[in-house]
Amino acid sequence: MTDLSLTSLRSLPALAWITAAAMGLALVLALIVAPEDADQGISQRIFYIHVPIALTAYFCFGLGALKALLLLWRGEERYDLESYVAIHQGTIFGALTLITGAIWAKASWGVWWTWSSNQLVLFLVLFLFYCAYFMLRFSLDDGPRRARSSAVYALFGVALIPVSFLAIRLAEDFIHPTVFTREGPQMSGSMFATFVVSWAAVTLLAYVLYRVELTGKRLDADLRELREALQ
Amino acid sequence: MSWSQEELVAAAYAVVFVFVLVYVAIIAAKLARLQRETAELAALARGKARNEG
Repeated sequence: MTDLSLTSLRSLPALAWITAAAMGLALVLALIVAPEDADQGISQRIFYIHVPIALTAYFCFGLGALKALLLLWRGEERYDLESYVAIHQGTIFGALTLITGAIWAKASWGVWWTWSSNQLVLFLVLFLFYCAYFMLRFSLDDGPRRARSSAVYALFGVALIPVSFLAIRLAEDFIHPTVFTREGPQMSGSMFATFVVSWAAVTLLAYVLYRVELTGKRLDADLRELREALQ
Repeated sequence: MSWSQEELVAAAYAVVFVFVLVYVAIIAAKLARLQRETAELAALARGKARNEG
């Protein structure tokens, strides 16, 4: 039976409240306090939600791959569920990245999507790759074979992350804006502070959702085990 | 249909809010199911203990 640490579970409600407060603060900063961009106008405010969500999606996919590596390396069963939940979170945040990105594209470029932007296409490829992870996982029976196959697939996907992340720097893509250059962030101090708060809030949100989902899945497995023992 | 810049900004934030709301609703439904299953298992365990005792 899984060891559900009571100490870690007790900290979850407090963490959820901190996340809610951070999200509220990020909203106020992004929609009211941050100055309006001289070039893009009000639509630039989508940046404060779109970029943190995209970075969180990359982080979740990376975490899923790390847990997959740990599963293959150490062989501990718990890493399979942790890898799965991280990739599930990454897919949710990936879908949100695509949706908020499409809205921002409509506001900035007048179109919902453009195939000429490498950044957009590579992120879509990354997202679809991880969508296929679920097809692979649920096509196999529960057990060590499924865990290992899913882990290997998750590890392959991690190679796409730097390619997607660096796409606008590697290719001559002038459509998708590059805000963070070698000279630092191309924005004012208050805009950067708003971005950092938003990023922290979204990361906290992802962490809370990860913990809640993981706890739920472990509880589910424990209950199934208990039912089998009682019957 | 033409969208104003303000509407698009509101839509971007609303989408995220709705996603989180749906996620919380799914988790709440799952918690309710787990609670129900725990109660069933507790009743099963009590019945077993009574039969053995």
